[in-house]
Amino acid sequence: MTAASPTQARPRPGAGAQLARHARRYWQLWVMAAPAIAFVAVFAYVPMYGLQLAFREFDFTAGLTGGEWVGLKYFQQFFESPQFWTLIRNTVVISMTTLVVGFVAPIALALIVNQVVNRSRKKFLQTATYLPHFISIVVIVGMLQVFLSPSSGLITRVAEFFGASGGNLLGSSAFVQVYVISEVWQHCGWNSIIYLAALASVDTQLYEAARIDGAGRFTIIRHIDVPALVPTMIVLLILNMGNVLNTGFEKIFLMQNPLNLGVSEVIATYVYKIGILSNQFSYGTAIGLFNTLINFTFLVVTNQVAKRVSNTSLW
Amino acid sequence: MRLNALRRRSPADLAFTIGLFVVCAAILFVTLYPIYFVMIASISDATMVATGQVWAFPRRISLFGYEQILGDSRIWTGYRNTILYTVVGTAVNLLVTLPAAYALSRREFRPRKILMFFFAFTMFFNGGLIPMYLLLRDLSLLDNWLVFVLPSAVNVYNLIIARAFFEHSLPEELHEAASIDGASYFQFFIKMALPLSMAIISVIGLYYLVQHWNDFFTGLVFVRTYDKQPLQIVLRDILISNQAFAGGAGGAGGSGGSYAQQYADQIKYGVIVVSTLPVIILYPFMQRYFEKGVMIGSVKG
Repeated sequence: MTAASPTQARPRPGAGAQLARHARRYWQLWVMAAPAIAFVAVFAYVPMYGLQLAFREFDFTAGLTGGEWVGLKYFQQFFESPQFWTLIRNTVVISMTTLVVGFVAPIALALIVNQVVNRSRKKFLQTATYLPHFISIVVIVGMLQVFLSPSSGLITRVAEFFGASGGNLLGSSAFVQVYVISEVWQHCGWNSIIYLAALASVDTQLYEAARIDGAGRFTIIRHIDVPALVPTMIVLLILNMGNVLNTGFEKIFLMQNPLNLGVSEVIATYVYKIGILSNQFSYGTAIGLFNTLINFTFLVVTNQVAKRVSNTSLW
Repeated sequence: MRLNALRRRSPADLAFTIGLFVVCAAILFVTLYPIYFVMIASISDATMVATGQVWAFPRRISLFGYEQILGDSRIWTGYRNTILYTVVGTAVNLLVTLPAAYALSRREFRPRKILMFFFAFTMFFNGGLIPMYLLLRDLSLLDNWLVFVLPSAVNVYNLIIARAFFEHSLPEELHEAASIDGASYFQFFIKMALPLSMAIISVIGLYYLVQHWNDFFTGLVFVRTYDKQPLQIVLRDILISNQAFAGGAGGAGGSGGSYAQQYADQIKYGVIVVSTLPVIILYPFMQRYFEKGVMIGSVKG
């Protein structure tokens, strides 16, 4: 903006001249941004363009954009398939449980950790709870299998000790619970960081005033700490809602076995099996698009609701 | 002094403190014990582990599992591949992400708003698995090691964190002073912005590093040749698919019965330790950077 004054005296330059001036001034920034733009254009936007495959017959020679238009044929095929309701039910059950439990647990953890006064103990607690976040999914599922093994697993034995009927927990009945609990175990600490940051910014005068008024520690948590977290909660809730049907493909895929397939087959794993393993590209694309559209709708709706109710929103 | 402080507390406060201590101890135990157990089980006698006699300390030290692992070439091939993909991948990530984040952080750069939308939109909407697969096929990236590097070159979340850092942590006066001295954007970025941004470079560098190290999906879907598979795929075969081990143990499919199962489990404990050790050793040093990253990211979602 430093060079603004001499240009104002001249008549308004045309679009071409403006563009030329912009290029002269900012070409270096464009050069810096160009590789990232190119990568995202190719690896994110070209696949979006390829979504038309969901409405076309896959043609080996035509590739990504497909052959003849077939309209909603593949969507109809999906809606009418015997798998449809099972997939929807499994996906919704797993993702909703994860969403609710995975949303509440980090908040609770942050409130607890925030009560620890001693700084080095607090630090240690935080460090320990973040650790599992960095273990790979394959290792997590491997650990689950060893721990839950019906013959010798650690958790199976503990369960038996307390009188529960151990059994094959990865088999079928407890699949969702095992999935959700291990998910919380792995990510709860990490997800609490953002809440701890919000709690750290609470004005300490509020605490002192409350204490002088004779508020107990639970009262302080309820009336100062929790309200301080609300804006963060809303933003995270919106973001999570955008993932309602995005169950973690990798973990569920790895946890699947013939015994639990009835409750563990979700849209993401089905797309992989239909599309990649059995080469039904158009059908797979259609199922994937259906999934994405539902997520996107949830995101937009939640964002609108949050905007109206609380003035907090993503955009 | 401390005793006095305790005495002055009301009974309710004291009860709260004790309750808090118990809850925190329980959280710590639940978080760390499984990891600790894997470690001690990996160096204990397999039978003692299987019969539940190992729970606090390793018993009858046995390195059987590690001997098997050391003699298995798959793990080392996987390790080598993963290190290659991680090093090259992270380097490409940083080379692409940092300049773009800087460009997008300049307030006078008007197109940045629409460019941010261009990037952020991909966080919420994507083409899905099959179009991606077909695209990679058309680009002959299937079964090509570059598939571990190129499609993941930009992580939009990391781009946003880096941009927020450049925008809020680089003093505007510095840029003004530099431009009066005639410095171009390139010069400013390389001579001023980068040296002042080691914190954010470490943060997103480590994010990218962990992402590559733990990447399982790419190998599963886009790579066929076993020699090109990263560590995580090898781990899957050993840990989850129960594939037989070179030494004959493992593959507890049935005939071997519980005896073979015990040894298979011991190998698994060892494999978990061997594959996770780099992360756990580095972790205490990296931890504060990771945390910083979340903080910066939360400044402006």
